[in-house]
Amino acid sequence: MLDLAVKIGALELRNPVMTASGTFGYGLEFQDFVDLGELGGIVVKGTTLKPREGNPYPRMAETASGMLNCVGLQNKGVDYFCEHIYPQVKDLPTNVIVNVSGSTIDDYAETARRIGELEAIPAIELNISCPNVKQGGMAFGVTAAGAASVVKAVRKAYGKTLIVKLSPNVTDIAEIARAVEDEGADSVSLINTLMGMAIDAERRRKVLSIGTGGLSGPAVKPVALRMVYQVAQAVKIPVIGLGGIMTATDAVEFLLAGATAVEVGTANFIDPAVTTKIVRGIGEYLARHGFSSVREIIGVV
Amino acid sequence: MDLCVTHSERVGAQCVWLKARPTEGSLPACLPGQFAQLRADTPGVLLRRPISIHDVCGDEISFLVQMVGEGTRWLGQLGVGDVVNAVLPLGNGFSLMPEDTPLLVGGGVGVAPLLYLGRALREKGVKPTFLLGARTKDLLLRLDAFREVGDVLVATEDGSEGERGFVTQHSVFSQLSASATNGCSRIYTCGPAPMMKAVTKLAKECGVACEVSLENRMACGVGACLCCVTETNDGHNRCVCTEGPVFDAEVLRW
Ligand SMILES: Cc1cc2nc3c(=O)[nH]c(=O)nc-3n(C[C@H](O)[C@H](O)[C@H](O)COP(=O)(O)OP(=O)(O)OC[C@H]3O[C@@H](n4cnc5c(N)ncnc54)[C@H](O)[C@@H]3O)c2cc1C
Ligand SMILES: Cc1cc2nc3c(=O)[nH]c(=O)nc-3n(C[C@H](O)[C@H](O)[C@H](O)COP(=O)(O)O)c2cc1C
Ligand code: FES
Repeated sequence: MLDLAVKIGALELRNPVMTASGTFGYGLEFQDFVDLGELGGIVVKGTTLKPREGNPYPRMAETASGMLNCVGLQNKGVDYFCEHIYPQVKDLPTNVIVNVSGSTIDDYAETARRIGELEAIPAIELNISCPNVKQGGMAFGVTAAGAASVVKAVRKAYGKTLIVKLSPNVTDIAEIARAVEDEGADSVSLINTLMGMAIDAERRRKVLSIGTGGLSGPAVKPVALRMVYQVAQAVKIPVIGLGGIMTATDAVEFLLAGATAVEVGTANFIDPAVTTKIVRGIGEYLARHGFSSVREIIGVV
Repeated sequence: MDLCVTHSERVGAQCVWLKARPTEGSLPACLPGQFAQLRADTPGVLLRRPISIHDVCGDEISFLVQMVGEGTRWLGQLGVGDVVNAVLPLGNGFSLMPEDTPLLVGGGVGVAPLLYLGRALREKGVKPTFLLGARTKDLLLRLDAFREVGDVLVATEDGSEGERGFVTQHSVFSQLSASATNGCSRIYTCGPAPMMKAVTKLAKECGVACEVSLENRMACGVGACLCCVTETNDGHNRCVCTEGPVFDAEVLRW
């Protein structure tokens, strides 16, 4: 009997495969395609204290083996989440993790506190790639001090499993990972999207409404894998790897690089049932190589 | 689901008319105005391509694809017996108001969903009028098929067929305003955004209800990514793939 279970802080996952925030809605959108009970967990849309309309259309551009998005955290706010969405997701047969975003430290802490009151949400994932409005819009997650200050405040407000999602748009991601570990994060997930841009040569204009956007999909995988490897070497807390995972083999590579679990994002758009295929494929890989537990392959490279 | 191509035919100068049926099982019920997300299985294309349901006959579905880039060109090269993966049906369709005498206005490949819509209206006992436009005669699509379902009016920008000019300059609109809607109480439109905006404006001036089908760029097609939004009059961004692609023109801010 293959053992696929892993632990992230106090959070027990039946297998290491989760979905990435912003790519799987609230899970409900995918129920026609996926038996959510087969997934380790789902990370739902980025949630902020106040409702956000996000950026204007166009918000998406396809690029070589990837896509750029500038959705801009459109969501109806934490109150709406608690009142209207939580009742629909609280009985889903998997771990439902809420991705928390903010534009001030107080916003983050208050949103985390509110989510902490929801019994059926065992963990949050803190998206520290958001611009800090009080510091000229520079993302919290691009300096160790900025990242640490958010995590410190949220750690006080939130007692359950705290995953911190790291931005790859930094010089030394391992340094940021250590800083958030020191402030009490239970886990780090990486990578968020890489900042990019698309230009339409024929029309001589920017493709995205705000010019720049976050790159995701297979194009980012080698960068993500390298960062997961570096971070796994640098911290003791479990690492969740993501960025360009399309197949079970991709997922296995992240586990070998040191990730305890993985998240699947853009791939859900191409094959809405891909996550269950990845779960099965990891099992087949383990069987083929004579492992009995997925934990045996974590970080062996 | 996998669809097996049963027919592939070049229509107009840039389009392909594909018919296909599920490799196994039957086709789920599809409504006019809904779309499919088709997978172009080629290394240069990552995301699925949203394509309107052009027609349905039993378990056979058809698409009208204009080849504008790598994804649609891959769809265009499919031959009989080839397989294409589809997620369908997606989105909300047109309202099918049986009491109306509808005018269905399409431009370019935007005519695609209007055939199935016209057929559904016909089944409800109303004979639709199609107003179909293109830059030139060679770009008009499947006029014969439309003629089987309803009356067909044509506008080409160069006057090579039908009236000269944009669809919105067609005389049918002056009749509409002249005779206080001339019995027409609803316009359905799909095509390039500037055309749909102009049609919306005319409909408003004539006091006729108008439904538009948007073709915003999409990633997931199922309401999960929020890439496809359009702004509505209440100031909110709404998902085109799940709340549309068909909208009441009144609610759109454009
Ligand atoms: C709901 C819906 C229904 C559609 N129905 C049909 C249909 O029935 N038949 C049909 O031929 N097409 C239809 N389209 C448009 C079709 O999806 C695009 O033409 C297709 O995705 C282009 O893919 P490509 O790889 O061929 O071209 P790409 O290489 O992706 O693009 C080619 C060029 O077109 C532009 N472009 C691509 N997509 C869009 C877009 N959505 N809006 C504006 N510009 C765009 C690109 O910027 C580029 O300049 C529909 C779109 C939507 C959203
Ligand atoms: C459309 C879209 C929306 C996203 N929204 C969020 C978000 O709200 N919060 C967040 O932390 N990450 C968000 N992401 C980033 C993904 O969760 C993920 O980190 C990234 O896409 C890399 O993984 P992938 O290559 O598997 O997609 C979004 C990504 C996409 C494509
Ligand atoms: S295309 Fe993803 S939400 Fe509409």
